[in-house]
Amino acid sequence: VIARALTALDRRTGAGSLLSKALRYAFPENWTFLLGEIALYSFVVLIITGIYLTLFFEPSLHTSTYRGSYAPLTGSHVSDAYRSTVHISLEVRAGLLIRQTHHWAALVFIGAIVLHLMRIFFTGAFRRPRELNYLVGATMLALAMLEGFFGYSLPDDLVSGMGLAIAYSVAMSVPFVGEHVARWFWGGQFPGAQPLESRMYILHVLIIPVLLATLVAVHVLLITVLRHTQFPGPGRRERNVIGLAMWPSYALRSLGLMFSVAAMLFALGGLVQINPIWQYGPYQPWIGSNGVQPDWYMGWLIGGLRLMPNFEPSILGHTVPNPFFGGVLFPLVAFALLYSWPWLERLVSGDCAEHHLLQRPRDNPWRTAFGAAFLTWVLVPFLAGSSDRIFVSFDVPYRQQIEVLRVLWFVLPALVFVATLTLCRHLRDSDLRPLRGWTGRVVSRNDEGGFSSREPGP
Amino acid sequence: MSRWHRLEGVLALRFLRRRAGAPQLESEQPEVVISDRKPATPAREAVVAGMLFLAALLFAGFVVAYALSASTQVLGTSLACGLLLVAASLITAGKLLVAQKVMDEPRPPVASPAAEQIAEAGDGLSRRRLLGIAGGAAAATLATSSVVPLISMSGGVGGATGESPWRAGRRLVDERGRPLKPDDVVVGSFVTAFPEGGDPRELGSPVVVCAVDPAQLRPAPGRSGWDVNGIQAFSKICTHAGCAVAMLRYPLYDQNEPGPALVCPCHYSTFDVLRSGAVEFGPAGRPLPQLPLRVGSDGALEAAGGMSGPVGPAWWGISDT
Repeated sequence: VIARALTALDRRTGAGSLLSKALRYAFPENWTFLLGEIALYSFVVLIITGIYLTLFFEPSLHTSTYRGSYAPLTGSHVSDAYRSTVHISLEVRAGLLIRQTHHWAALVFIGAIVLHLMRIFFTGAFRRPRELNYLVGATMLALAMLEGFFGYSLPDDLVSGMGLAIAYSVAMSVPFVGEHVARWFWGGQFPGAQPLESRMYILHVLIIPVLLATLVAVHVLLITVLRHTQFPGPGRRERNVIGLAMWPSYALRSLGLMFSVAAMLFALGGLVQINPIWQYGPYQPWIGSNGVQPDWYMGWLIGGLRLMPNFEPSILGHTVPNPFFGGVLFPLVAFALLYSWPWLERLVSGDCAEHHLLQRPRDNPWRTAFGAAFLTWVLVPFLAGSSDRIFVSFDVPYRQQIEVLRVLWFVLPALVFVATLTLCRHLRDSDLRPLRGWTGRVVSRNDEGGFSSREPGP
Repeated sequence: MSRWHRLEGVLALRFLRRRAGAPQLESEQPEVVISDRKPATPAREAVVAGMLFLAALLFAGFVVAYALSASTQVLGTSLACGLLLVAASLITAGKLLVAQKVMDEPRPPVASPAAEQIAEAGDGLSRRRLLGIAGGAAAATLATSSVVPLISMSGGVGGATGESPWRAGRRLVDERGRPLKPDDVVVGSFVTAFPEGGDPRELGSPVVVCAVDPAQLRPAPGRSGWDVNGIQAFSKICTHAGCAVAMLRYPLYDQNEPGPALVCPCHYSTFDVLRSGAVEFGPAGRPLPQLPLRVGSDGALEAAGGMSGPVGPAWWGISDT
């Protein structure tokens, strides 16, 4: 049936030759190549579960008295957004499963993007001619974080409101234009401005997903045009790709990965509670809770805000508010470094050649050291983002943690840089394989009864 | 004349490009199938079919569970197990049933004459620069006019940033609108209060009212007498990022512990209650605005004036005067 349908399609569109080429596309096999696919398949789950949620969610801050099935909320004034999200969670059949799966999928989506980015970075896969695709990927990371933030800001529960209060303050903190930009985007002053909800909604369910889907398409198109990169190995050269043909084996395996990702996300959605907003209650500006943690990908920004000392400079009668440094400047510098890295590296190395063969992290010690230092620089604030939880769980005083982390924010990246550089150079020069374990020789007996030995190879 | 010259130039350029690209094309080989193993056996096929049947059973179970409005756990588990079996069957089929075709594919060269083709459109034009500037001007103004209507998104909800509805004589009421009396505030705890008749959701409204031993107070200059027998009121909105200052640190017995402070749970800005809400730790750049208190003729707490400064997070144009 499929063959007949394809023939019919080919006769009308002439797509057959393109398809037959695509079916023979060679996928080099390496487990790290699957991280991007995991991100893609989480995105698929996000879209499917998200469509289901739009059928029940009401993006409005209009308030009414709660009369649903959750007794502790009875009689309280809640917005339509909050009421409908509680309704999805507690009354709509399978609603909680879909909602929790959607939330888990968002966490895995961004996690997979970050790991994929690390793989691309540390193996040098972003080098010419793939800089453009690297930029597309970095943009998707930024969009995905924004999309996730809007997602958990929509239900108008306590976590949403506290996050939006911080976002509003961060927007206000931008010099010159902050106050106007914040009032413009929110449609008034926060709290109280109603337009924000429907604006976030249209961004969350249409504009950003369409942008993401377009960038996904561009990303995949650029990969197929340039073909996959591959690690060096027998027969693998710059001008060829050795790998499993797309059809049938690779396609089946990759679909298997898609269903594995979906299975894991639905298992999480069904068994592990996430964001129980009926317990948090609706947002009120005068209520705060110290048990609240944002989604994981916001941790570095929360930490960036927390690590700033009590510092709010005034310049000629104007003030640079404190959240500007941790909430605007820090992520801007981080993304600027991320975006410009392919060109920064070229400045240092002078290497403008095309590269299709990947490097091991040790092959380029400077890059690996910079990447490790960069990750440390982002990870230290991330730790500060959970310092309050560390205090509750392990009784390490919060204030001392912050004071230590403030120093580590500057010291640790430098130490990690030097340590990684040294380690990489040592590994490269000695060609040790500490993670591969056995480093002996393979001895085999031939048909004549003689023995030969060789290096263990792939 | 000049046109012919240009054509010659283009032809020469193309010839050179082709020459430069030639070695790349030479190294290109047709794609080679390195191996094409077909590992299927009847037993393997049966295993894959079995897994798919089992998955079908679990998906049917999901539908039944839905009909019986079973718990989220049952729904999630049946769906996840079904999906996992489909995944396992696909991976098994991909590795152990279908042909394992390993390819050696040439990488197509990344070069195209498109740029040249596009540039050819300019052949024969003499005032390219003028046309370019005119086109650029039209494009830039069109882009601007398509963005400008977005300015209408700006709304007029809310008063001036940092404003508060507190005025002298306005009574403090709790969440249910009952006036607050000095006796309602116990030493070592706090109460959230709002201006009587005001909108509690306005940023400048909520104040945190807390009581300490009046002998311990070290008020900022000009603020002695802002408390009522140790009871003070501060804006409940953190001056760092606008969260509610929802925690009171109050040492119960150890006099060596740090003194009473209001703490914001978002970024842990800590405001010293004994020193008029001064920042003791954390990122906040300004003290919590304080509301002077007095006792009205009816014995209820009321404001003795406005807030000591702008409420909530700072902005470029904030002034503390």
